[in-house]
Amino acid sequence: MEVGKVKRVAGPVVQATGLKASMYDLVLVGEEGLMSEVIGISGNKHVIQVYEDTGGVKPGEPVKETGAPLVAQLGPGILTSIYDGIQRPLTKLAEASGDFISRGLFVDGVDHKKKWEFKPVVKKGDTVKAGQTIGEVQEQLLIKHKIMVPPRSKGGTIKEIYSGNFTVDETVAVLEDGTKLNMLQKWPVRQARPTIKKLAPTIPLRTGQRVIDGFFSLAKGGTAAIPGGFGTGKTVMQQTLSKWADVDIVVYVGCGERGNEMADLLHEFPELVDPRTGRPLMERSIVFANTSNMPVAAREASIYTGMTVSEYYRDMGYDVMMTADSTSRWAEAMRELASRLEEMPGEEGYPAYLGARLADFYERAGRADILGGGQGSVSVVGAVSPPGGDFTEPVTQNTLRMVKVFWALDSKLTQRRHFPSINWLDSYSLYDKDLEPWFVENVNPDWNKNKRRAMAILQENAELEEIVMLVGSDALPEDQQITLEVARMIINFWLAQSAMHPVDTFCPYKKQFELLAAILKYRDYAVEALQKGISVEQIKSVPSKDALAKVRLESEYEPVLQKVMAQMDADFKGLK
Amino acid sequence: MTKEYKTITEIKGPLIFVEKTEPVGYNELVEIRTGGELKRGQVLDTSDEIVVVQVFEGTGGLSKDSAVRFTGDVIKMPLSPAIVGRVLSGSGRPRDGGPEIVPEVMRGIAGAAINPASREKPRAFIQTGISTIDGTNTLVRGQKLPIFSGAGLPHNDVALQIARQAKALGEAESFAVIFCAMGITNEEAQHFLADFERTGALERAVVFLNLADDPAVERILTPRLGLTTAEYLAFDLDMHVLIIYTDMTNYCESLRQMGAAREEVPGRRGYPGYMYTDLAIQYERAGIIRGKKGSITQFPILTMPGDDITHPIPDLSGYITEGQIIVSRELHRKGIYPPIDIRPSLSRLMNSGIGKGHTREDHRAVSDQLYAYYAEGNDLRGLAAIVGKEALSERDKLVLEFADKFEKKFVNQGRDEDRSIFETLQIGWELLADLPESMLTRIDDKYIKQYHPKYAGTAKK
Ligand SMILES: Nc1ncnc2c1ncn2[C@@H]1O[C@H](COP(=O)(O)OP(=O)(O)OP(=O)(O)O)[C@@H](O)[C@H]1O
Ligand SMILES: [Mg+2]
Repeated sequence: MEVGKVKRVAGPVVQATGLKASMYDLVLVGEEGLMSEVIGISGNKHVIQVYEDTGGVKPGEPVKETGAPLVAQLGPGILTSIYDGIQRPLTKLAEASGDFISRGLFVDGVDHKKKWEFKPVVKKGDTVKAGQTIGEVQEQLLIKHKIMVPPRSKGGTIKEIYSGNFTVDETVAVLEDGTKLNMLQKWPVRQARPTIKKLAPTIPLRTGQRVIDGFFSLAKGGTAAIPGGFGTGKTVMQQTLSKWADVDIVVYVGCGERGNEMADLLHEFPELVDPRTGRPLMERSIVFANTSNMPVAAREASIYTGMTVSEYYRDMGYDVMMTADSTSRWAEAMRELASRLEEMPGEEGYPAYLGARLADFYERAGRADILGGGQGSVSVVGAVSPPGGDFTEPVTQNTLRMVKVFWALDSKLTQRRHFPSINWLDSYSLYDKDLEPWFVENVNPDWNKNKRRAMAILQENAELEEIVMLVGSDALPEDQQITLEVARMIINFWLAQSAMHPVDTFCPYKKQFELLAAILKYRDYAVEALQKGISVEQIKSVPSKDALAKVRLESEYEPVLQKVMAQMDADFKGLK
Repeated sequence: MTKEYKTITEIKGPLIFVEKTEPVGYNELVEIRTGGELKRGQVLDTSDEIVVVQVFEGTGGLSKDSAVRFTGDVIKMPLSPAIVGRVLSGSGRPRDGGPEIVPEVMRGIAGAAINPASREKPRAFIQTGISTIDGTNTLVRGQKLPIFSGAGLPHNDVALQIARQAKALGEAESFAVIFCAMGITNEEAQHFLADFERTGALERAVVFLNLADDPAVERILTPRLGLTTAEYLAFDLDMHVLIIYTDMTNYCESLRQMGAAREEVPGRRGYPGYMYTDLAIQYERAGIIRGKKGSITQFPILTMPGDDITHPIPDLSGYITEGQIIVSRELHRKGIYPPIDIRPSLSRLMNSGIGKGHTREDHRAVSDQLYAYYAEGNDLRGLAAIVGKEALSERDKLVLEFADKFEKKFVNQGRDEDRSIFETLQIGWELLADLPESMLTRIDDKYIKQYHPKYAGTAKK
């Protein structure tokens, strides 16, 4: 392998000569051997992005080839890990260098010393193909790690297979042709892992968030973008989804964001319990934390590393959700590196390939028939941080071309402390039609009917509000005043949902449905009462209406709701 | 490497280009001698042919025969406990007539990233004595909470009041204030210094002064020096450090100048594409490390050009910091001090620092309810201006009045008025008590029973 020489250093980008490395190969820069990646080749010059700080690196220092691209190490022990953007475990880095990250450290993504108990699921003489599971390791109490024949390998007939305790490097099976299989796969992060075929999105991904499940639902294997100006609730939403989404595995990528947020997550996840399993959330989670002050090149890589790990668990047949906070910081990392390459900039200084990179990334999501048989999925939720909160900028626009769900955060709602600040008029889900049958079958036949009714009321409300701004609400006809009131109830009692409230942070489907049905029931009563000549003021002040506001905060809400509805019936019967 | 070069080929703005050197390291400290003067710089780009150096004290007085020496080392800050109480220049030299700092340690100023896995979650409530902060945008130790202001607004008074009054509840601890001035006027600087002296704060402060007429490039160093000092005081000497820097806008202008001098592809509105990362490297140096006693809390002040919050400087800052305190021109015109508009203000770490065991159990609910009606009242002002107050419903009238009283009683307070969190909550409850109880939809009944003035027997009529 060649050893080249540094010719020039400017920030995170180094130019070197004398190398034969291919594009995206990993190379080691300087005396300290800083981990780096080839990102451009022109003439005899290699352009290299360095994943670590380049202070002190001089022209003339060596650049060593490794002959391989940046790979993720895939094997048991990934769950519960906290990695940087290039899959170095942060706790191991802390052991090596203390509380501040220093450079030139190499740490494997999985522990090569630890022994795992391998239980074969195939036997001598069985034929196995790429992707097929040959054995299992109990990685967490409730999560089995499938040991698979690596994708793109030939497979063959099992000649020998062992059971017992092994490190990830030790052979657990041998094929007739002499191929040895162990529990470690290495996969280049910039390449999608193969599946047999992608499937249509027909199953919703339950989030427990009323505005999402009820109005703009995400499918398992689907893609969603959550754009919004600073402080509008992207991170809180992604963390909330990571807590409550009904998936098997969560991959949380903190890409160029805050250290304290990561500390918060790392503090909470081991303590919070997954409502589906009763186990700590951390057991199903993998965190990538490449904060804004960590090197930009590793930030750029973090999205790919996170995606590769997500795909790996999908290949075991799991439903995986990956959240990326924030894809804008990823795009900016690309921009920063591209500008050091002195590439011709595209829109707003972003490289011309921005759209293509975003597309490649979101294309890796999906529910699929997996190589080993059965299905798995990777759902992706990407935060977007548009400058000035202006959605016309390139990252938002290129993202919206790719994703099927758009949760538009609205700073006007944030200022009113309406959370989640998802605008109910601008947002959409293109999975709507595909998922409706599921809700009808599994939750309630009226699910879609009620949803449309509620959305129509909000639409009308928006039009009426414009009139109100000119003339005041008292000037409106009575039935429209009722519409305003019902819209207010939908917004405040149903769409608003505090992520901080111990009960309301997660709302099951049935509760979502019943709360909305109750508000719509109020509207029916109100319309009927109006026809009987009862005044708007009277209708608005029935006590059961305000009582409805607090039902969502109850965990055993059913008896409370029943009481409120009985009260409402009585309230309206009593109106004269 | 101590060889001197006289091979400057070009001087452009704050940059010099030096040729035919031995290999020079990226980011290396450079000394440039001209006449009797010694200037310092840093390598921005290094190659076999040419080295680009940014000169912190400005390139004025330099010529092609100035002697350039590459030190083979990065820029370091001399530190010792004796630094507390000192006034230094924006590049860290004594400005108070005192001696040079005799270092106990020398620390690189670039600032390595705190390992996210080593961070402790910030959750210790800091009482600033200002209701709009403590009550509705609570600050916690280890947070970075900027003040977004505009030219001519009293943000400095607010910052000073915070520096004077900030304290943790029920603890006496060793703490220090670091004050970094970047491009502010001499008058402003004197205002700060006089106040520090008046209150005795100078004894536990370290001041870095880069004034408006000091070199603009030096401003790139100032926060890095301040933060390196902060890390030393917090994580070596176990102190709780509050660092105030003003004005981040001037810092960003310096970054822009540097980018332009290097002919970089500019990002939004001419600011460098890496400004987010650069600012993050400063702001992220706030926090707490597990197992260490000290902490760093940051209060950056920035003036929004044209009061425009979407301008890249406040915008990028807002994307990095943990909230923002907005100083409003409108409230200032109404004569309200501190003119903090709580609606666009936010403290993201508030939740972990309030409630039972921190402040009081009803804190969140009271804050939410105050917000809701103040925001609604503000919206109604617009409507009232069009249709007239009389056309409003009874309920809306109450909400409108609430907003006015909220500004006069809750927001408004004296420059030396140090309200405890309990006084702040009490004022909040008294304002809410003017509304019918049925309107307090965001407050649990049990808190109403416990804290509502009507039940506490201290109700006003
Ligand atoms: N669902 C929610 N429930 C309650 N509070 C919320 C919710 N969403 C957001 N908030 C409040 O808004 C604040 C900001 O939210 P968050 O940190 O998620 O914003 P962001 O969009 O990620 O901002 P940035 O782009 O700057 O990272 C939170 O600290 C919290 O106080
Ligand atoms: Mg965020």
